[in-house]
Formats: sequence, C-alpha cells, structure tokens
Amino acid sequence: MLSKDFDFEKSIKELEKIAESLENEKISLDESIALFEKGVTLSKECSEYLENAKQKIVTLTEKESEANG
Amino acid sequence: MLNTITVSQLNNYVKSLIENDPRIAIVNVSGEISNFKNHFSSGHWYFTLKDANASIRCVMFRSSASRVRFQVEDGLAVVLKGRVSVYEKDGQYQFYAEEMHPVGEGDLALQFKQVKEKLEQEGLFDTSSKRVLPKFPKRIAVITSDTGAAVRDILNITSTRYPSCEIVMCPVLVQGDNAARDMIATLDRVYKLDDIDTIIIGRGGGSAEDLHCFNDEMLARKIYESPFPVISAVGHETDFTICDFVADVRASTPSHAAELAVPDWRELKKRVDVIANLFKSTTLRKYDLYSGKLQALILKVSPANLSRIVDSKQLDVDRLSDKIASQIKFALQDGVNTAANLAARIDALSPLKVMARGFSTVTKNGEYIVSSDKINSGDNITVKFIDGDISCLVTDKNTK
Repeated sequence: MLSKDFDFEKSIKELEKIAESLENEKISLDESIALFEKGVTLSKECSEYLENAKQKIVTLTEKESEANG
Repeated sequence: MLNTITVSQLNNYVKSLIENDPRIAIVNVSGEISNFKNHFSSGHWYFTLKDANASIRCVMFRSSASRVRFQVEDGLAVVLKGRVSVYEKDGQYQFYAEEMHPVGEGDLALQFKQVKEKLEQEGLFDTSSKRVLPKFPKRIAVITSDTGAAVRDILNITSTRYPSCEIVMCPVLVQGDNAARDMIATLDRVYKLDDIDTIIIGRGGGSAEDLHCFNDEMLARKIYESPFPVISAVGHETDFTICDFVADVRASTPSHAAELAVPDWRELKKRVDVIANLFKSTTLRKYDLYSGKLQALILKVSPANLSRIVDSKQLDVDRLSDKIASQIKFALQDGVNTAANLAARIDALSPLKVMARGFSTVTKNGEYIVSSDKINSGDNITVKFIDGDISCLVTDKNTK
C-alpha cells in the first residue's frame, strides 16, 4: 500500500535521476545495487499509484468541513 | 371670455395630452448621448439625447438603468425605448427611457468590448502573469453547473486519464443574472482552501446570452486574483469570453480543459516502465562488467592455475637444487684436491723424507742441535739416520 503522502512527481523525478546515475560508469557495484533496489521500489510505487487509483470526488462543502475540522 | 388656468393646470393638461397620444406612449428614439450623469445617491441617470439638429432631456430610473450591461458614456449612439412626458415642476417635457441599446452592435457585444479593453489596459491579460499548470495535480476544483454536460465531460476525462487526482466539485449557476455573483462567491471559498492545484471554471455551449455571465468584469477580476492556476472553459471552440482572456489557460471546451489539466496515466505508466527497464539494463550491464572482471580473477586463482604456478616453482626449485648440488660437488672436489696437495706438501716436508735424501739430525743430551755453537770439542752427540743412530765424539770444530 502506498503511503498517503506519496508524491508521484517527486518519485518519477527520483526515478529518472536513478536511471541517469546508473548510466554513469563510475559508480561502484555496491552503489549501483543500492540504486537499483531503490529504483525497483520507486517504479513499483509509481506503477501502483497509476494503476490502482480510483477517482475521488468531493463537494466544495465537504472539502471545507474537512479543512476546518 | 377666456378661462384663466393655473400653471399647474396647464402643465398637467399638456402632460395628459402627450401621455395620451398613442404614437409616443411607447416609442424607440435613436440619438447620441451627451451630458451623461449617474446620480450618486438615487442611481438614476440623467442625460441628453441628440442628433445633428435637436436634443431632448432624458431620464432613466435606477430600476431600468441597472439592466443596462454596457458602460454608458457621452458620444455613445443608442436607441432608447420609453415614453414621453412632462415634468410639471419646470414644464420640461422629457423622455423616460426604460431600455437602452447600442446602435450598430448588440448590448452584450458592446459590454464585451468595453470590459475587454479596460482589463487589457490594466494588464490583466498579460502573458507574463500566466502560470504554468502543474503536471501532476493532486486536487482540481471544478466550478460549473452540477447538472450540465460540462461536469460529465470533465469527470469522464479526468477519471480515465488520471484517476489519481481528486475532484472538488463546486456547483454554481452558469447563466442568468445571478451567475457571476454566485461564481465569485464560490471562487472566494475555493481560494481559502490551501491544497488546490488547478481550477477549472466554465460551462458547456449555449447562446451568447447564456455565456454572457463569463464576461462579467468582477468575475474576471476575481479569476485574476486566484492563488491557483485557472483554466477557463466556456462553450465551444469559437466562443471567447473575458474569463478566457484573464485565466492562465484557455480551453476550447470543458473536455479540452480536463485534458489540459491532467496527464494520461497510460503514457506515464509507459514512461515509468521505460525508466525501470533502462536502469534494469544498465545495472545488468554493470553486473556483467563486474562479473567479467570476477571471472578473470577466479581463473587466476583456480587449482589448475595454482598447480601450474606450483609446477613452475618446482621447476625453479629443481633447477636451483641441481645448481647447488653441483656447486657443492665442485666445492668438495676442490677441498679434496686442496687436501691432497697439502698432504703432498706436508709429506714433502716430513724429516723422514729429508733424511731419506741423505740428511741426518744431531742431538745432544736429547736436544736437537741446529747450530755449531751448541757443540764443543769433546761433546758426545748422537747423529740420527733414517735407519738408526750413532754416537759420536766431537774432535774438532770449525765455526764459519
């Protein structure tokens, strides 16, 4: 399950950064394995975020009472 | 005899004459406005309508004036609908306008033009103040009628393209006299929320009259104040409203607004997959690189390689030991030879060998004598030969 504050934009940016770092030949095997694991987790989370979403519809009044309470 | 009547009676009579003439009881009059005054407390309008040769004083009461949507100013060519009457107090006959329409174009078109020019001059349409829509909105406020086609279209598209996004429905009136006020009040409520990423405001297609509330000056100003990026989506592609100009983004239709507001999750999924594959392949490549290096290292420490090393070392050892052995042998031989030489030399030095050659030794009282000094005439000495001794008496002595 994704955490409530999962940020898709942040995650996909991080994922792109990891892919870029992995292309860099200079990083060590240890580092690349750590990045790889992080990347796999992130890509799974991103996919889950996209695939399992159900549109939530609230009314302005509900939203206001949620914000105030 | 003429009757004498009062001024009041006269004015009252003329007034009734005019008011009872069916040809001017209700009439359209065209002309140009001048001396326009909007009375500050009553809200009634006072002005003069004139053409090239004549003018007439006009009044438009507040109840009628408030229905005029465009800005009235001197020089404006209008058609007034109303009646003619007499203001008895000063005997002025004047026109009581109930409707006012611009000449040459519709009221709405004129209002549109006037508001557009005004806001444009104030810089409300400047592209520099337009914001970019967030790529991955978490929450979108949809301000439209909750019964129209627009809301259906928007929800259809957002739910298929990007269901991760929450929709905050803000139902409002989207046509009629109260629509602009309702939308302004709703915008105020939305602005108080702090987690809205994008606002979509609009409605589906309709007549120019239907869409006209989106040309409201105050609504446009309210949209301009928005803390969140606003997409305006009013009517069809060919409909332009003031809201469209003042919003950050104009969408041609509500469906288009929804498409602009959210990305397509299938595209994003593809992108995520591409990235995931990319780093899988790069990691694999790195793994291959290292595993190649490892393989080479493993080969170096393999038993076969070790025994090869041992064999070659053994060879070195053998070669060395052979060398040492031969050297020792050589040294021994050398020693043996030296010893033999020495023995030969020792042998050569043996007194027996000397005596064998004819030399003999002399002793006196058991002592070997090597000098004639030690011997005097009359001494008894022993002379030793290799094969026996003789005792001798010294009879003479010659010292050298």
